[in-house]
Amino acid sequence: MGLLNLFYSAGSKVQRLPSGSLTVDREGGIVSSTIASDYPPVLLQKIVQDVLRLFREARLAQLPFSEISLTFASLQITARELRGGAIIFLSPKIQTSSTPTN
Amino acid sequence: MESNHKILLLDDESDLLELYQDILSRLSSRPQVQTATTGARALAMLASQPFRLLICDLKMPAMDGLQVLAIVRRRHPELRTVVMTGTEDEEFRSRAYALGVDLFWLKPETQQNMQMFLECIESLLSREVDHGFRGIQSKSLIDLVQMECLSQSSIVLRVTNGSSMGRIWIHCGELTDAAVDDLVGEEAFLNILSWKSGTFETLPAEPDRSRTIFKPVNGLLLESAQAMDETAGRMEDGSPRQREQDRASRRVSALVQAGAEWAVCLPSGDARPVEVCGTQSGEELAGWMRVACEACRSLSEQLNAGPLGQLRGVHAEREVLLLPWEDKTFLVGWQTGVDAEHALEKSKKIAFSWDS
Repeated sequence: MGLLNLFYSAGSKVQRLPSGSLTVDREGGIVSSTIASDYPPVLLQKIVQDVLRLFREARLAQLPFSEISLTFASLQITARELRGGAIIFLSPKIQTSSTPTN
Repeated sequence: MESNHKILLLDDESDLLELYQDILSRLSSRPQVQTATTGARALAMLASQPFRLLICDLKMPAMDGLQVLAIVRRRHPELRTVVMTGTEDEEFRSRAYALGVDLFWLKPETQQNMQMFLECIESLLSREVDHGFRGIQSKSLIDLVQMECLSQSSIVLRVTNGSSMGRIWIHCGELTDAAVDDLVGEEAFLNILSWKSGTFETLPAEPDRSRTIFKPVNGLLLESAQAMDETAGRMEDGSPRQREQDRASRRVSALVQAGAEWAVCLPSGDARPVEVCGTQSGEELAGWMRVACEACRSLSEQLNAGPLGQLRGVHAEREVLLLPWEDKTFLVGWQTGVDAEHALEKSKKIAFSWDS
């Protein structure tokens, strides 16, 4: 099996999807978070800024949302408006079927 | 004629690449196997020459496998892709399949496992040659049924168009039954044939299915083609204003049937105008849709979360559902409290019937 050990590479890790929740103030500052601490802060900030922007722009379009839910193929982002800030829930989606559909 | 397909192997470990290059080159189809040690290099190679298959590791520095696959799916949708990784993780498997990979395989650790992997690769390489090709969607359903009947097939064709799903039973080249929604038999068959686009899959034959269609298939296909020609002719006969009015009234009717309040259709690109039904705030809503689409696109790319399925927004008076649909994006307004699944299904129907 020595040769087959080669199949296990020790390369860099793959970025996991964020899982947990975070509370942010109206300026986008993270007040509290349960997201793993090794998740890149720059990506968390990206999520926060986009979510707050969606709430803000929606108000301008006469859609004062209290909740926004974004469903991606692999990730669910649910955000509740909180006095100009938000509480954001991030849930990676694990599909039970392992069969791809063509 | 035997074709030598090209395989591109992507892994950051050059020892492993050499080993796999050697193993894969010995497949019976004798593929040409090229290698890349970085995602950037692989993307450059894919841009410069045609490959049949990309085999990609997940863990790599700079650009990981999922990032590479997300770009590949967009730039080379026809390329078959395989993830081969030492990481046994359901999240990665799920995300890889969400990105449309054909196969997710843990790096083989036994001889049997390696043999199975090689057989899968051989099968993937030959699939397009032996069993049809991607892009058959460009054929009409009429072509498809004709082909199956001419080849004396016994199959069930499951055809999906938006949220509608129909089935067509063919036994020994004879059309025997069809079903869609509440319709069965000839009526169902003609209804399914009127769909202009969609997806299909073939299911195993059901020889015991009772026969309800006795007319020859060619007669029915001719009937369907004539009906479609007549519809097209009527559309051409009307004035542009009349056609526009007809379309608007059909959209209103679709909204009422679904129970939705309004809908806005945002075509991709800025060239085509926003289309609105049931609201005076179309431009304001379209402005927010543009922001939302851009935010979701960049989130999808930067997080590698796969494509957006839907965006749902809730406020005191209303719920809205943003839905990417082919080359358009729809925003559909619903009364607060509507069941989320119901709203999604009905929104899809509205999107599907928008241009009909």
